[in-house]
Amino acid sequence: MELIGLANYALFMGIFIGIYALLALGLNIQWGFAGLFNAGIAGFFAVGAYTSAILTSPYAEGRLGGFEMPFFVGWAGAMVAAGLIAWPIGKICLRFRSDYLAIATIGVAEIIRLVVKSEETLTNSARGITNIPRPFGDLPYVQSQAAYLSIVLLCLGLCYFLVQRQFNAPWGRMMRAIRDNELAARAMGKNIEGRRLEAFMFGAALMGLGGALFAHFNRSITPEAIDPMVATFLVWIMLILGGQGNNKGAILGAAVVWIIWSMSEIATDQLPAEYAIKAKYIRLFLIGLMLQLVLRFRPEGILPEPTRGESRPAQVSAQEKD
Amino acid sequence: MTFLELVNFYIIPGLVLGSIYALGAVGITLVFAILRYAHLAQGDLATLGAFVALAVVTGLGIPPLAALPVAMIFTAAVAVGIDKVFYEHLRERPKIVTVMASLGIALMIRSVVQVIWGVDAESYVRGIVRPQTYFGLRIKDREIYTVLFMLFLVGGLMLFLARSKWGKAMRAMSDNPNLALLSGIDNRKVVMLTWIIAGGLCAASGVFLGINTEIKSMMGWNMLLPMFAAAILGGVGRVEGAVLGGLVVGVAEELSVLVLPSEYKAAMAFVILLFMLLVRPTGLLRGKVL
Repeated sequence: MELIGLANYALFMGIFIGIYALLALGLNIQWGFAGLFNAGIAGFFAVGAYTSAILTSPYAEGRLGGFEMPFFVGWAGAMVAAGLIAWPIGKICLRFRSDYLAIATIGVAEIIRLVVKSEETLTNSARGITNIPRPFGDLPYVQSQAAYLSIVLLCLGLCYFLVQRQFNAPWGRMMRAIRDNELAARAMGKNIEGRRLEAFMFGAALMGLGGALFAHFNRSITPEAIDPMVATFLVWIMLILGGQGNNKGAILGAAVVWIIWSMSEIATDQLPAEYAIKAKYIRLFLIGLMLQLVLRFRPEGILPEPTRGESRPAQVSAQEKD
Repeated sequence: MTFLELVNFYIIPGLVLGSIYALGAVGITLVFAILRYAHLAQGDLATLGAFVALAVVTGLGIPPLAALPVAMIFTAAVAVGIDKVFYEHLRERPKIVTVMASLGIALMIRSVVQVIWGVDAESYVRGIVRPQTYFGLRIKDREIYTVLFMLFLVGGLMLFLARSKWGKAMRAMSDNPNLALLSGIDNRKVVMLTWIIAGGLCAASGVFLGINTEIKSMMGWNMLLPMFAAAILGGVGRVEGAVLGGLVVGVAEELSVLVLPSEYKAAMAFVILLFMLLVRPTGLLRGKVL
């Protein structure tokens, strides 16, 4: 019995790590490759979750829906929708320094939160969307969890493979050139705004996929399902701790941070109720402090960004100087 | 709806809200212009200031306006401390790293407030305040002194920037940091002064928001977007622009209720922000574009 419980918990945790790893991978495209600061991860996550929920859930009185499409259509729709939301924001803000994008993405996440909370016909406001089908949801509990975990890992593996390919492809090199020296890249005739917009939209699409996976896993999505600020911040600390610009680092960071985060939750839940609530905020404080410490003492993260051309020492030393 | 109703129900509350935004936006615009990054913890510093004033009000039993100086000095000290401990060593790194750090600081300040004071809404004084009528305009006393204090604080700041030696040094750092450093301006003092001013004004905006509405742990974060919209609308680096921007954003938010469902009041600041970035990123008063 103990063993089954433990196995269940491990499966549950694995699914969450997979979902957060997708978010971290999406952020890595935006921040790690292109140096774009997205402080509204939760917004794109919510767009993905709700898009897929609307596309796949059965008909319900008083709201849009009843399309009952298969889950992969919903997930593709989630990616497209999140990418499309990113387009106008990127179009307006990417001409400026990334500070403006940071502010605008905070705003976009806020608007999405408002829409989710108040648009009855679209999102069923506070009650949320329920009865979202889950692939292999008819199996017995443990098997169904295991099947879902393998789907999440499959998605993650596929995304990792594609992102890693892009990272090593000319597109990835160009992105890093733009990030590290915008002027030089512009002088080489690169279309900086266009490339950044691509990176921003690709990253947002992955975040949307993460949201869709989350909604289908829970079989429901409500405005209170995730705390926007906490979710956004967790993904940031995952990427920074794991190693910005390194896809393996993003996934590793997701695993490390999520394990710390949920283990500390188990620990603080043992406390009496009045302390348990305070403990939640102390955990938030510590995760904020962790970011400051990583930024100060190990800004490159656990797995630093792979530098190219190690055989050419001159180039390596030039990179270190930056 | 008559003109007087429009003024009473939308313009006056808008101007009061705008004054509160203006106080925070001036701090944002100074940090943006002198230190050259968007400081995302500005809203939560305002929350901290409001709660410090609450502690003074309940502890000593004095009115909130008397607690304002204490809150301003305390928050200014906290702002300087945060800069020394967390931001100073990031100065040589790309500025966006400091923006990220400030997002973490925002979370840390808020969780400190939530641990100490909890998450429930509080207020400085109990009871309902009835508005006075002046020539058909219904105004509450606290609304008058919110606007007057804002004008007083910003007026004093502008005088300081225009006349005093350190004010000139701050403007020089904002216009051309390299030239300012070459001419022997002490960068560390300018940075410290910037944080003292930004922190103090933040606390003032938090306290006045608390006086006019209620005090809760998310109040500052919710003000962040309007404050940034105000700073960009006025033109980054322009103190008078931030005031103008704050007032415009405040009135626009109140007026938006006429055409939009009231849930979307908070979206107005975002619309203004995007619109300004699209058509005139230098802002109304020709500020900087970073």
